Amino acid sequence: MLDNIGFILGTTLMYATPLIFAALGGVISENSGVVNIGLEGMMTLGALMGATVGYFTGNPWLALLCAGLAGGFLALLHAIASVTFGADQIVSGIAINFLGPGIALFLSRLFFEGATMTKSINLENKIPRPLGGVFPQNSFFDLVLNQYATVYISFLLVFVIWYMLYKTKIGLRIRAVGEHPKAADTLGINIYKIRYFSVILSGIFAGFGGAAMSIAVVSNFRPTLISGQGFIALAAMIFGKWKPQGAMWACLLFGAAQGFVIFLGGTAIAISSQLLAMLPYIITLVILISFVGKSVGPAASGDPYEKGER
Amino acid sequence: MNHIKVEEKAVEMKNITKVFGNFTANEDINLTVHKGEVHALLGENGAGKTTLMNILYGLYQPTIGEIMINGKTVIMADPNIAIQNGIGMVHQHFMLVEPFTVTENIILGKETTTSFGKLDIEEAVSHVQELSEKYGLYVDPYAKIQDITVGMQQRVEILKALYRGAEILILDEPTAVLTPQEIQDLIDIIRNLTKQGKCIIIITHKLKEIKQIADYCTIIRRGKQIDTVDVSVTTEEELANKMVGREVNFIVGKEERTKGEVVLEIDNLVIKDNRGINAVDGLSLKVHAGEILGIAGIDGNGQRELIEGIIGLRKIESGKICMIQKDITGRTPKEILESKISTIPEDRQKRGLVLDFSVEENMILENYYKEPFSRKGILNKNKINYFAKELIQKFDIRPEDETLKARALSGGNQQKVIIARELTNDPELLIAAQPTRGLDVGAIEYVHKSLVEQRDKNKAVLLISLELDEVMNVADRIAVIYEGKIVGIVEAKETNENALGLMMAGGGSGNEK
Repeated sequence: MLDNIGFILGTTLMYATPLIFAALGGVISENSGVVNIGLEGMMTLGALMGATVGYFTGNPWLALLCAGLAGGFLALLHAIASVTFGADQIVSGIAINFLGPGIALFLSRLFFEGATMTKSINLENKIPRPLGGVFPQNSFFDLVLNQYATVYISFLLVFVIWYMLYKTKIGLRIRAVGEHPKAADTLGINIYKIRYFSVILSGIFAGFGGAAMSIAVVSNFRPTLISGQGFIALAAMIFGKWKPQGAMWACLLFGAAQGFVIFLGGTAIAISSQLLAMLPYIITLVILISFVGKSVGPAASGDPYEKGER
Repeated sequence: MNHIKVEEKAVEMKNITKVFGNFTANEDINLTVHKGEVHALLGENGAGKTTLMNILYGLYQPTIGEIMINGKTVIMADPNIAIQNGIGMVHQHFMLVEPFTVTENIILGKETTTSFGKLDIEEAVSHVQELSEKYGLYVDPYAKIQDITVGMQQRVEILKALYRGAEILILDEPTAVLTPQEIQDLIDIIRNLTKQGKCIIIITHKLKEIKQIADYCTIIRRGKQIDTVDVSVTTEEELANKMVGREVNFIVGKEERTKGEVVLEIDNLVIKDNRGINAVDGLSLKVHAGEILGIAGIDGNGQRELIEGIIGLRKIESGKICMIQKDITGRTPKEILESKISTIPEDRQKRGLVLDFSVEENMILENYYKEPFSRKGILNKNKINYFAKELIQKFDIRPEDETLKARALSGGNQQKVIIARELTNDPELLIAAQPTRGLDVGAIEYVHKSLVEQRDKNKAVLLISLELDEVMNVADRIAVIYEGKIVGIVEAKETNENALGLMMAGGGSGNEK
């Protein structure tokens, strides 16, 4: 029994991690006033880049870094379109969501002899498990706490981003720009700079999220790897009321639903796997409807800012 | 008015011209302000006062012209440079971040930090308190902006400027949102600031306040500088004539009338606002035929919800609304409209007009389904066109082009289109919400005349306005609304600004009639 709980908790943490990365990205971007529904595309490209760099270099940390840069690159495009040119942020985000998987597929075919799936990374070249062997194998603590390094990093980043947003100068400015850009402008704050910074950081985090999937949870990239996780992260961010810690709890909820389903799949209970696969989304929907009131995000989120507008 | 004789020039704006596209907002304006001086900028809406000040504050770049601060030429490329040169601006629509605290708003952009960019809120608070005591600007440094009064929000704005070391303070329409008591406080603050050598530029179209606080006044009309006068040797009438360019009638001419039957009767009405709080909270009111009942109150005391409730745009929680003894509670807006209630809505661009529709289309918005404008669901363009032309003549709407988009009209003419449409319904009750907001003196005269005509036809008029002067001038009786209740009803000619102001702030009471 305890082992089952341990298994579910462990899987929860593992599956929540990519979501936490991406949701944190969403939190930063939206707090600066830019809606980023492109998280999905950024995660996908990040996953491909992580798996590819990881396969060729054998260095998981370099792979993670490159995944972040790939996500950041797509985010830069989003920022150029929506911050500099004032394009509709939803439309720009949708474009990113087509572009990301498109580029990922193209690169995969380019580097892996036309295959849409990258070759698996050797087990020892995946993201390491720093607590491996500390606890007896398959004991409760081993199941829960012996995780890939990305898991610990994601939770550490929740704290870092919370601290940045609410305790530092740059955080105050990011939130001011997201709430009332004109007020910030009159105080001499460079809105474009703040928004570029936030959007690019958001893409880097989404890229990390993709890699947390492709070089930790599994060991390669395939086109269906990130199906919808970017959107779930987006939902988690809203569910978490645009706050890092809130988004984290929401991601854990999604992760728990996922963990529960994987657990059920491994038991003798006969449920069709398609139905099981739906379960996390249904659980989430039910919880969203029943427990979460109207949440209000940053007031200026989604509005392009134009200087000198009359 | 104490003229502090410091003949040091703080600000000089020379030959300022600003062109937006093919529209000249400022044309060759010269403005000089000395230290310790209060200088008023007077002009109608859209005359270019705010544009001129936005240029001084670095938000716009002048097309032509030069700005000198303390005798040195400065290119105001952005607000940062203006701030560095000791200029602070309090915008008409406050530039405050609502969910932030008072202190966070004040320090934003010039934060006090310890290591690693960590905010040092204690240090900031003590600095804010120091400034607040020095200039007599009371604020609660830890309160959130969304929870404090408009008067305190304004003090936060002033502190924001002083925190940045402002020596030259621009106040854009500072009294528009204040109660009479708060206006008095602001005047005291301004005197305090000038005593310490700061100079203040105040943008306004309120003549009375100019006489009260300003030393000099520059009048701008349609982007051009008409004159700069010494306020102590001029009169309000002279200022008004210079501002509008013709003689202006201040007093609304109306004859005595006795009020008739009750037209609208509201009993114990409760309406919730968007947050689910009772915005109208047990309100009762009667409006009679042949009278203008004015509702005075500070913004946000349930006025908006009350109007929306009466005309069927907002759900009524409890209570009753009767129109000529017929219960209209909970009816649809169309049914209410057909029971002879017409409305001049508060926001003419959002609620009053479809801006991208033509003038003629806007004129039949409420009657398009009726003959002769349509038959069996097909619009009769000729009839509509004829009708619109007639109204344009009758209500003197300019330009005389019924096919023009409503967006292209000036504010005053947009309001005329609405008035024309509403009055042709021949309403028994006309609700006018902020009918003159943002209009210039000439258009205000017109709107007020229309309301009085309606009353003289023995119809009822319910006027809701945030401008106390307007309510006192136009209404026969004044009901004061406070926290969703009518706290007193007084005869307009038997009351004064102070008594009303006190009631509006929740103190005192009128004679219940």
